[in-house]
Amino acid sequence: MNDTEQPAAPQHDIADHLARVPHSNAIGMRFISGSEDNCELAIAYSEHLVGDPDTGVIHGGAITALLDNAAGMVARPKHMHRDVAAIATLDMRIDYMGPATPGKDVHAQAHCFKRSKNVAFVRAVAFTDSAADPIATCTATFMLGTRNTPFDQANSAAENSAESAVSRTVAP
Amino acid sequence: MKILQQLRDEGRGQDLGSLLEHIPYAQFLGLQVEQQGHEIITVLPFTEHLIGNTNLPAIHGGAVGAMLEMTAVLQLIYDTACERLPKTVDVSFDYLRSARGMTTYGRATVTRQGRRVANVRTELWQEERSKPVAVGHGHFLLSPLE
Repeated sequence: MNDTEQPAAPQHDIADHLARVPHSNAIGMRFISGSEDNCELAIAYSEHLVGDPDTGVIHGGAITALLDNAAGMVARPKHMHRDVAAIATLDMRIDYMGPATPGKDVHAQAHCFKRSKNVAFVRAVAFTDSAADPIATCTATFMLGTRNTPFDQANSAAENSAESAVSRTVAP
Repeated sequence: MKILQQLRDEGRGQDLGSLLEHIPYAQFLGLQVEQQGHEIITVLPFTEHLIGNTNLPAIHGGAVGAMLEMTAVLQLIYDTACERLPKTVDVSFDYLRSARGMTTYGRATVTRQGRRVANVRTELWQEERSKPVAVGHGHFLLSPLE
């Protein structure tokens, strides 16, 4: 453990944040490791995640959630605190190389390889045994610093704007 | 026995609601389906455990992605006679708006169906169909009945 006077290390921040996301909790997502540009999360094999009753293979949706969460974690710039600004997934592409072996945990490793002023570019991979033998790979882009105030508090002008999701950028 | 074969034997080969009851992950999400003639609309009532951003609140991108994928697969099962559930080759999602804490609806179109692979487009909306919250497209491997 570090000195408690020091700011929370990224891993504490991520683990703590993950525990507060209801959907991530419901899927059983847990934090494995993390730094500013890299992050690893995992989900345990569980009956309620099964997508194909014939084979017992986990549904792609659970893998999507895992990859989205891992990618989102690394997209956020260090200076942009999550209580102040949200980040929003712009798009995401997932290629499935093969099914996750039933009974095994699924891990996801994400790497943010570029952050521009407004957008973060992330690659991620999902695997059971080794990242060198992926079950899925993913590329995603994230809009940085989107509005993070409740919808019911937003003014109606912002609501009607097509850009409402991205226009409430919080100044650094 | 394979689930699709079992449903077919019971005369419910195109009863997608029954199929969803056999898919644990669909049950976990709370996904439902409305079949009106040949139009299939998936319905995802909002529940607490779908939330990905508690501040807004907004539905998790993973749950949105899962719904896009499932909507595509259900449409494929309806349109084609498959031995097994289609396998996802790739999916691509565009998140257009935050999916808010309300019911989400989905509709898919099979844009191209070959013997082994199909291309499907999907869109999700909430209050207004003309304002989709997410769109997606994907390729799926089919296992046609011989």
